[in-house]
Amino acid sequence: MITSLVTILSLPLIIGVGLYLKAAPIFDQQSFYSLIFSSQWAPSKGEFGFWPFITGSLYVTLLSFLFTLPVCLLAAIYLTQFSSKKLIKVMHPVIDVLAGLPSVIYGVWGILIIVPFVSDYIAPIFNATSSGYSVLSGGIVLSIMCIPYVLNMLIEVFNTVPVGLREASLSLGATQWESAKHVVIRGNYPGIISAYGLGIAKAFGETIAVMMVVGNVVKVSFNPLEAAYPLPALIANNYGEMLSIPMYDAALMFAAFLLLVIILMFNMIFRYLIHKTKRQ
Amino acid sequence: MFIAEENTIPASTGFSDSPENLAKHIVRIKHLNVHAGEHHILKNVDLEIPRNKITVLLGPSGCGKTTLLKCMNKLTDLYRELEVSGNIFIEKDDILNTTTNIASIRQKMGLLSQRPYPLPVSIYKNVSYGLKLKGVRDRKLIDFSVEKHLREVGLWEEVKNRLNAPATSLSIGQQQRLCLARGLAVKPSIILADEPTSALDPISSKIIENLFKDLKKHYTIILVTHVLRQAIRLADHAIFMIDGEIIEQGDPEELFKNPQTEGLRAYLVDGN
Amino acid sequence: MRRRQIKILEEKFFVFLSAFMTYSLIVVLAFIILVIFVKGFNALNLDMILKTPEGGYYYGGEGGVLNAIMGSLYIAFGATLIAIFIGMPAALYINVQLIRYRRTQNTIRFFLDALWGIPSIVYGAFGFTLMLFFGMNASLLAGTITVALLISPIMVRTFDEVLSTIPKGLHEATLALGFTRTETAFKVMLKQGFSGFITAILLSFGRGIGDAASVLFTAGYTDNIPVNLDEPAATLPLAIFFQLGSPIPEVRERAFASAVILTVIILIISLGARYLSKRYSRTNLK
Repeated sequence: MITSLVTILSLPLIIGVGLYLKAAPIFDQQSFYSLIFSSQWAPSKGEFGFWPFITGSLYVTLLSFLFTLPVCLLAAIYLTQFSSKKLIKVMHPVIDVLAGLPSVIYGVWGILIIVPFVSDYIAPIFNATSSGYSVLSGGIVLSIMCIPYVLNMLIEVFNTVPVGLREASLSLGATQWESAKHVVIRGNYPGIISAYGLGIAKAFGETIAVMMVVGNVVKVSFNPLEAAYPLPALIANNYGEMLSIPMYDAALMFAAFLLLVIILMFNMIFRYLIHKTKRQ
Repeated sequence: MFIAEENTIPASTGFSDSPENLAKHIVRIKHLNVHAGEHHILKNVDLEIPRNKITVLLGPSGCGKTTLLKCMNKLTDLYRELEVSGNIFIEKDDILNTTTNIASIRQKMGLLSQRPYPLPVSIYKNVSYGLKLKGVRDRKLIDFSVEKHLREVGLWEEVKNRLNAPATSLSIGQQQRLCLARGLAVKPSIILADEPTSALDPISSKIIENLFKDLKKHYTIILVTHVLRQAIRLADHAIFMIDGEIIEQGDPEELFKNPQTEGLRAYLVDGN
Repeated sequence: MRRRQIKILEEKFFVFLSAFMTYSLIVVLAFIILVIFVKGFNALNLDMILKTPEGGYYYGGEGGVLNAIMGSLYIAFGATLIAIFIGMPAALYINVQLIRYRRTQNTIRFFLDALWGIPSIVYGAFGFTLMLFFGMNASLLAGTITVALLISPIMVRTFDEVLSTIPKGLHEATLALGFTRTETAFKVMLKQGFSGFITAILLSFGRGIGDAASVLFTAGYTDNIPVNLDEPAATLPLAIFFQLGSPIPEVRERAFASAVILTVIILIISLGARYLSKRYSRTNLK
């Protein structure tokens, strides 16, 4: 029994070491700094600057976070403070199914609905033309994928607030909404931040759905109607050719290693916060 | 201020809203029924609670004492499965059938629960919370009120140097007194106390009890307790409930010495 | 009084807004499923489910995606099986051997939760390096192992969650009856946590069948149903992905039809898991 536990627990280490070893040759050729901050991307010339991909990832993630934030917070408050038992019963499977739908299904839906929506309705508002395959589409699709995940955690966090605390706040003359604000939200900052932190980490590593709607063009741009090329999409799109260009495989494994480290760090920090608050 | 319309209670219920009765009784409850699905938690409760006295609600656990208490400031709103019907008059307002905002009615009552529930903020902010909700901004007034009410519960000397410390850093007994001060700061006329000493050590319990004796000069106190000795020590008026019904009520000495019903007799024997 | 009215208005506004957000989630889910079904319905026919791609399939010719359905099922089954062998003993170990060490339990849970967060593309990349290291090609075996790694943490944590709700008293009682810890683990805890076990399996299976990024490098793609472990295997998510990339409208239509198939499988699995966990355990109900 203990062997299997140890195997599982050592998995991140094994993955990390494996990817690092595979990525190591690239460090002989390029400094860590230029790998991350250079925008020169020309694999055939041996130039691997990941900056456009890193900014692409960050940008899509940030946008998705902007959509996820209000929806999850309000829905979690409604479900834990105001909603009827009946609605909760309906919402549980809804959240489950939303969380369980595969990435590729979200991608298909994004291509069918969100991409045309962005190109036909959103872009004209800003007098711009957009193919629809854009950071904005990626952000919207990502946010819908992250909502059930973050919402579940928020509900769990808010359910730890004792009814007595809400009663106390109400009896002092607060409305139910004020109680929610002052007691449920303010008392749970660590939990709320963690839920969103984990949501961000999930969004950062999400691959297929984003890749299907985000356009995949190598450039640094901050126009949400333009395409971007996030890190996971880079890895997924180029596995075929990476063995035919020297150092390309090392570069891509470096990208995977980077993803692993960033996301694992996010997870460790925020899981720690959640575990700590749960124990209190 | 909006005042509820003249109540039209038929005289036959023995219920009177004559000025004399109003002066004597601050809470009047009529035909109060509470259902939770199949369960009938409170059964046709009729009740009057005297002003500036300590009224003790007694009874075996699960008899509906706490529910009755929570009905009085409509905390039953939080439990969606509860259906409440009947009339509860606080002063002249029927809180179950009024258009007056519930938040302002609740501010007429301070709540003390089984366990202290300090808000997740500082000691100072706990006491000033109610005033802030009322819209008071005057810093001096708030300072004054915080000090006054912390003194009222005998907590001032203990915490005056750390008003900005989180309220959860206090001991349980101190927390319970803080919760009392917090309730008093909104200037209620009634204090609802739901077994307020059940989580406390004997010394803290004693402090709370003594506070109650002082506070009844200015406040009406309704105390739910399962400690018979405490009831005997504090009660000016006692109400005994079993299974959602009021079995006996009246002067505590009379009640405890000469119980009229089998139920109370059994409870008194077990309780002692 | 003015202030009070503003407060009431504020409350009404936010309660409305939050109710709106909540209900809109139901609408979004319905919308997604509706779009997938409506779009995919045209091209959906029995051939899609019962046939592998035939000559000229990718130019609009005859055939179906049975290769991908079977490939996905093989991989998900195999991976779930491996994950059970790794995950079940691990979860039992946490809840039986470590029952007295709450701190250790919590630390392990913390690491498992963090593991759960590693994105599947990273598992995919790792699986790929592993594959090269052992000199294998993209194959059913490589895909299965990669997916198994991906779903093991899910398996352990879901199962563990149920086991941890089993009262300590029961555990002690069995020890008192003279069972060893290992016997307790396999005889009593497994029986008690059986519903959780099923839920864990279904969840892991669902995750395994729907994941694309991990099998992208490792399982390869083929028009045939794999017969051996060292043959490449097509998967449903990748079938959707590749067909969608085709310039030919008929092929894209089939991508949508394949999406319907995958959605139905996932719906059955997640609703099934919910139903079973409700039916067999009282601990899961909140």
